[in-house]
Amino acid sequence: MKEILAQVKQYKKESFLAPFFTILEVIMEVILPFVMALLIDDGVSKGDITKALIYGGIMLVVAGISLISGMLSGKYAARASTGLASNLRKSMFRNIQRFSFSNIDKFSTAGLVTRMTTDITNVQNAYQMIVRIAVRAPIMLTCSIIMCFMISPDMSVIFLIAMLFLIVALGIIMVSVMKVFNVAFKKYDALNASVQENISGIRVVKSFVREEYEKEKFTKASGDIYKIFKKAESILVFNSPVMNLAIYSCMLTVCWLGASLVVNGSMELGQLSSMFSYIMSSLMSLMMLSFIFVMLTMSVASIKRISEVLKEEPDIKNPESPETMMRDGSIEFKNVHFSYHSTSEKEVLSDINLKIKSGETIGIIGGTGCGKTSLINLISRLYDVTEGTVYVGGKDVREYDLEFLRNNVAVVLQKNVLFSGTVLENLRWGYEKATEEECIAACKAACADEFIEAMPKKYNTYIERGGANVSGGQKQRLCIARALLKNPKILILDDSTSAVDTATDAKIKQAMRESIPGTTKIIIAQRISSVQDADRIIVLDDGEVNGFDTHENLLKTNEIYSDIYESQIKGGGDFDRPQN
Amino acid sequence: MKKKNNIPGSEFPKVKLSHLGRIMGYTFRHYKVSCIVVLLCIIIQALCTMYGMIFIQSLIDDYIKPLIGVPDPDFSGLLSAIIRLAIIYVIGLAANYAHGRIMVNVTQGTLRCIRDDLFRNMQNLPIKYFDTHQHGDIMSVYTNDIDTFRQFISQSCPQMISSSITIVFAFVSMVTMNIPMTVMSVTMALVMLFVSTIIGGKSGKYFGRQQADLGKANGYIEEMLDGQKVVKVFCHEEKACEEFEKINEQLRDSADKANTYANIMMPINANIGNISYVLVSVLGAILAINGVGGLTLGIIIAFVGLNKNFNMPIAQLSQQIGFIVMASAGAGRLFELMDSKPEEDEGYVEIVNAIIHPDGTIEESEKRTGHWAWKHPHKAEGTVTYTKMEGEVVFDGVDFGYNEDKMVLHDIVLYAKPGQKIAFVGSTGAGKTTITNLINRFYDIQDGKIRYDNININKIKKSELRKSLGIVLQETQLFTGTVLDNIRYGKLDATDEECIAAAKLANADGFIRRLPDGYNTMLTGSGSNLSQGQRQLLSIARAAVADPPVLILDEATSSIDTRTEKLVQAGMDALMKGRTTFVIAHRLSTIRNSDCIMVLEKGRIIERGSHDELIEAKGKYYQLYTGNFANA
Repeated sequence: MKEILAQVKQYKKESFLAPFFTILEVIMEVILPFVMALLIDDGVSKGDITKALIYGGIMLVVAGISLISGMLSGKYAARASTGLASNLRKSMFRNIQRFSFSNIDKFSTAGLVTRMTTDITNVQNAYQMIVRIAVRAPIMLTCSIIMCFMISPDMSVIFLIAMLFLIVALGIIMVSVMKVFNVAFKKYDALNASVQENISGIRVVKSFVREEYEKEKFTKASGDIYKIFKKAESILVFNSPVMNLAIYSCMLTVCWLGASLVVNGSMELGQLSSMFSYIMSSLMSLMMLSFIFVMLTMSVASIKRISEVLKEEPDIKNPESPETMMRDGSIEFKNVHFSYHSTSEKEVLSDINLKIKSGETIGIIGGTGCGKTSLINLISRLYDVTEGTVYVGGKDVREYDLEFLRNNVAVVLQKNVLFSGTVLENLRWGYEKATEEECIAACKAACADEFIEAMPKKYNTYIERGGANVSGGQKQRLCIARALLKNPKILILDDSTSAVDTATDAKIKQAMRESIPGTTKIIIAQRISSVQDADRIIVLDDGEVNGFDTHENLLKTNEIYSDIYESQIKGGGDFDRPQN
Repeated sequence: MKKKNNIPGSEFPKVKLSHLGRIMGYTFRHYKVSCIVVLLCIIIQALCTMYGMIFIQSLIDDYIKPLIGVPDPDFSGLLSAIIRLAIIYVIGLAANYAHGRIMVNVTQGTLRCIRDDLFRNMQNLPIKYFDTHQHGDIMSVYTNDIDTFRQFISQSCPQMISSSITIVFAFVSMVTMNIPMTVMSVTMALVMLFVSTIIGGKSGKYFGRQQADLGKANGYIEEMLDGQKVVKVFCHEEKACEEFEKINEQLRDSADKANTYANIMMPINANIGNISYVLVSVLGAILAINGVGGLTLGIIIAFVGLNKNFNMPIAQLSQQIGFIVMASAGAGRLFELMDSKPEEDEGYVEIVNAIIHPDGTIEESEKRTGHWAWKHPHKAEGTVTYTKMEGEVVFDGVDFGYNEDKMVLHDIVLYAKPGQKIAFVGSTGAGKTTITNLINRFYDIQDGKIRYDNININKIKKSELRKSLGIVLQETQLFTGTVLDNIRYGKLDATDEECIAAAKLANADGFIRRLPDGYNTMLTGSGSNLSQGQRQLLSIARAAVADPPVLILDEATSSIDTRTEKLVQAGMDALMKGRTTFVIAHRLSTIRNSDCIMVLEKGRIIERGSHDELIEAKGKYYQLYTGNFANA
């Protein structure tokens, strides 16, 4: 809650003006029936045109003020609430940008998007309610009660009884309905999730001819939804009759008692009719309050989800006095242990000790899930080690400035993405000020130049979101070029040429040897052919280094390596290669 | 553009009555009696409220005024009148509750019918529909659009009816009382209507813009968060924030305007109502004093009250405009999805259990015999022929394109004998998966013929055809449920033992037993708690339990690492034994022992033959095969 309110920031003025004008509007609305009564009693009833005109005039002025304050309160409420929503989105986005990889892993993309859209909209609506109606209802209530007491203290007692009855009745209804709604919304989410699943799995559904089965499943779930929502709303429908019961009872008693008061002269006719309108408006505001209560309780969950993101502290932070010099591209792992969760019993990497010289080309090979990606993620501090130290250029990676470190250790991720924008714009992610010539040179080294030149607008071709309009192999080459533009001391390719055909793969490696000989290159691959000409190869198995030597030596001494080699050569071959 | 906006209603969002009518059609069809009862309740309520209002007015003239100044006032007349009113109120309350309670059934029931219908229709849509529509857009019909009908059915519709009744009633009463004052009232009501339309239109326009801006922000957030790790690696955080703030500011602006217009509607309408009140009372007073039309004080007071009743429903109706617009837009999207053409199926050949007699004749059987036959009715002669199902698949000069103007496959000819293993190799986009999608008729071919056991597949019922094909896709899709449920998806009446046997065949048994609850472990989010390789093993088990005569394996083992694949291979071989199998794979280990390997390039089969034959031929296959080792 605190985190949310802190985001009001520059909209504080509006947040105060909205309730202020609401109060003004309410006061005018309370005065109106009073003037109306005078208009009827002193003007129209007595046939006094002048008085009628005077009171009519006053009423017009009051209505005018009410109109203007109503509009202003509406405007400021809109500004304050949408402003708050905008600030919340901004802060959430900024905080997410500060997240480390392990923070990112904690939230799903879909979850974060919902938090930034639906949840924020909920909070926006709730805030608008608060600055406007939540102020309006209690004030309306108080003013109406005061006016009632001014007209007739005796009769107001009835009205207090009615109010008490309403509070209890509405309270019971709301509390019991909230319980059912909480269950109902969860079921509703589950239903939507299953539809989502059905849509994305439609090919499986159709292949197994399970349409009827899916229909039955859905009909059952939607029947459950029907039942539980019916239950919730059946409770909610008591609201209106209960409300009306209170109003009607008040009306009847006021009619009866009021009539005798008027007859024995202690009350004016006009006062009686204004009494009616005050009763109406105060009971109405009570009803409104109960709705606000429901709205707010519903937005509590949203507030919680937003706060979670705002409160999430990035667990990788810049050191106090960051180092911005890197001697060379040497890497050393010393007694490194790593696991993604501090609680998980099994380590992803255990006791890794490696020394890589600057300028070396290193291959990493091993089965899926053996920790290859985890290993290289430690070098650019995408994750922090659980135990031990990783040194780059002779210094602990935790001493470097994060941005400096990541600019010097370029990683081409396994699950890589391009962003919507031109080819050049995407390339300049690597180095913002890169000239077109530098970009072209990088693309040439990554063997991307040829296909870019074949595109209609060449380097200004628009890449669609996620790189949807380029093939997998083209995407990978663009990603390599993008990383090359950083001109890094260490370049890491995490299975980055898996969709590139073998010949091109070899060409890229050749180009790298020539264009960036001083850069330490680390290549993760599935295929032995991609790494066998590296200076040395690391064989990882189940989070441990099983071998670290040249191709020839490993073939002789390492069982796992020779095993993989055998299976790839004998049963080898790979045909799913793009031909361009 | 600016000028055009000044014409009231010009940019007013279009409300398609036909769409809303269809929504109401759902309600009427299923809840005819309820609707009539609700209508009656609404009328009763409106009349009761009216009566109450009029009573309050007459209370003064008829029951209180005569008593003023009377020395010993007799309240019995008043008492009986109040009792009468109390009875009316009780009736009103009953109608109020009945209306609310029945409406809950009607609203929720209608939503349920719409949901069920929507889902049923969606299941019958062709694959092409899902290819060409964003899944997020389809989902939004279920979540956002159907929600808009709740408000429309339960609030807007009854409100429209009761408001109309009140308006008509108040109007008729006003006319009978005094014409000039009625003219004044109606004039002000028209002003209110006019202002509401303008503001409502503006609000609608900005709500539309807000939706668009929200979509944009949504898209940007999704794109950036999807690539968040790349953003980090390239230290692009600051730029991403800047870009987002621009989009965010746009959204704030349109949301601000949309909400402002929506917020000011009520105060404006209410105060036009107040102004109307003043004008009418002053006019009434002037008329009364000048003795025009024999106006009495009681009539003026009653009229002023009526005037309020006349204005209130108009203001209430204008509050509903937004909901009606939203429901109409939602209905538009709903019916677009519902009216999409379902998958057509003109097939009539079915699969039946068969007893095969030694002399080769085939007899249909009720029970599972382990043999199947195609039941081929001939309408003209009224006879039925049975053909043994063997799993022979023939492509004869097949051309296909997802769009008429762009062919993906050209003149595909292939012949798969029962039990043969046919492999497809070629680069991404060469058309391998497309071929398999034609066998199960996810798509229909443009030219040529596909025959299955010598029957044109167009004559086979789609459901029967697909039942006879077991498919394992590269993108594994599992469903929320236990591991056992997921395997059983292949054959709904499979026993636990059959499922476990299938899992053993696919070499999935080992890892399943290590899961926290073994076979009863719940899988959620398409099995996100499993690795990609484990998911593939499960989907192989799922196909195995279905026990189909023909198998299609589309990169079924691509995510299983080479060492594990060796273990699965034995199971796969057992699975493929005796079945016609189509294999798409890029690992030679998977395809090497195929009876025939088809090399595809740009939608054509350029080479075919066994592994040894193709190596011998030294063509493209040889190149691809040896290409891997050229750089060794």
